[in-house]
Amino acid sequence: MITAGIDLGAKTVKVVILKDEKVIGRGIAVTGLDQKESAEKAFAGALQEAKLELKDIEKVAATGVGRTEAPYATAHITEVGADAKGAFFLNPAVRTVIDVGGEEGRGIKCSAEGRALDFAINEKCAAGAGAFTEAMARALERPLVEFAKLALSSTKSIPMNAQCAVFAESEVVSLIHAKTPHEDISRAVHDSIADRIISMVRRVGIEKEVMLIGGVAYNVGFVNSLNRGLNLEVVVPDHPEYVGALGAALTAAGK
Amino acid sequence: MAEEKKEYWRWLESNWTSPDIDWKKGDVISAGVDVGSVSTQAVIMVDGQLYAYANMRTGSDSPNSARNAFAKALENTDLTEKDVEYCVGTGYGRVNVPMAQRAITEIACHARGANFMYGPTVRTVLDMGGQDCKAIRIDDKGKVESFLMNDKCAAGTGRGMEVFSDLLTVSINEVGAMSLEVEVEPEPVSSTCVIFAKTEATGLLRQGWPKNKVLAAYCRAMAGRVNELLQRVGVEKDFAITGGIAKNKGVVTRIETLLGFTALPPKYDTQLAGAVGAALFAKGLAEKERKAKG
Repeated sequence: MITAGIDLGAKTVKVVILKDEKVIGRGIAVTGLDQKESAEKAFAGALQEAKLELKDIEKVAATGVGRTEAPYATAHITEVGADAKGAFFLNPAVRTVIDVGGEEGRGIKCSAEGRALDFAINEKCAAGAGAFTEAMARALERPLVEFAKLALSSTKSIPMNAQCAVFAESEVVSLIHAKTPHEDISRAVHDSIADRIISMVRRVGIEKEVMLIGGVAYNVGFVNSLNRGLNLEVVVPDHPEYVGALGAALTAAGK
Repeated sequence: MAEEKKEYWRWLESNWTSPDIDWKKGDVISAGVDVGSVSTQAVIMVDGQLYAYANMRTGSDSPNSARNAFAKALENTDLTEKDVEYCVGTGYGRVNVPMAQRAITEIACHARGANFMYGPTVRTVLDMGGQDCKAIRIDDKGKVESFLMNDKCAAGTGRGMEVFSDLLTVSINEVGAMSLEVEVEPEPVSSTCVIFAKTEATGLLRQGWPKNKVLAAYCRAMAGRVNELLQRVGVEKDFAITGGIAKNKGVVTRIETLLGFTALPPKYDTQLAGAVGAALFAKGLAEKERKAKG
């Protein structure tokens, strides 16, 4: 059976195509003004990789903030449910899922069967989401990937006073003026967002294994801070940004 | 030659000296310096009357920002630092004011300053500063009865407005008036976080919203946010707004609409409240010291 899952997020649309429980295609597109068009673009990418046509897909399930707008979808699943399902499929030992995207951070507690039992969301504030590090990388005038890597060579932990991303930007500017090494600034920024995420996830309880998904899982500086803060090694799967879409594709397949 | 990027958020610095007061005829000369996260004010008072002030941007460190504003306030007078009998520091950087003998919290100073600037009938002061927003209940002497503040989040603060002024490339001095150009009030921007609100506003611009409509939506959101703070502290007339945002008609008018009554019209630069309060405390402390010395 061939199914597809589509995750319509605030920043990007992701599509995963699944054939007999194997991922055969992935596609991603920036969420534009016309969400339907962005969805079609992501679909086209995934179909191309899978070497399939749209008519070959038997069922489509949608997730993400824009899930009700998804074309072709016959079923819907919440982001929390999709994340839990996708993470459990990749690693059945996972009991806690941390999903950090561009504008949202989530902590999900999962059962031994891969169902979401409880969750906490940071949805009102950029301080616990990818937008925070993006803003700080901009303040340092560095590409995000380079900014993230800098944290790994920091030798000193300096506290950030500001929680708010807008105030933190001013604080980073003051640190630059005070000639603080960029490595230490990067670590301070990533420690700050990790602290924020950890205190949110603590509300649902942290149990091993912990899997980190979402686009921010690519940020090595953040992963480093998160591991240090949690005092364990989080599992980062390949293609962490597609886990929600994978969960949706599994839903479409009746899993 | 590369064109310098225009900084729309930059507001004008200023200083002023009273043409009517001769400080040499005065008795107690006191000063207040308010080092905020965004702006720094220095106020010189002669016997409790406003004599000179400066309103400057805060630099990268507090002591220099304080020195800079203090010097600017003295600029058009023949006063020197040693002529000032007592100086009180306040604001975010209050412990780092080199010329101050004492530091007093900005809540107490704002309350006292508002009492002086708007008169003893003021019962509620809303201070909308660069990085925080405070709702303060005061008595007829300008003493604090209770207060609530938000200093964790840029929503409802001057920094938030600066971000929007930059995004829309409209000067910070014009955003308020421009937001009032709309005929029909749009729904307020729904995101609390300024970073998310910026994304939301970009979307609105792409949908073809004119700048004034986007500004109206943001000013309305900001008014709604601070109104919550006011309701929680228990807003009572007379009502006054201090701080930089008090100069933004777009936000002020919308707060007034939500409250159902108007704010007292300002007679002085609204950003001065903290420093005025500090200078008044300084006067009292100078007199107390004189008494102690006999």
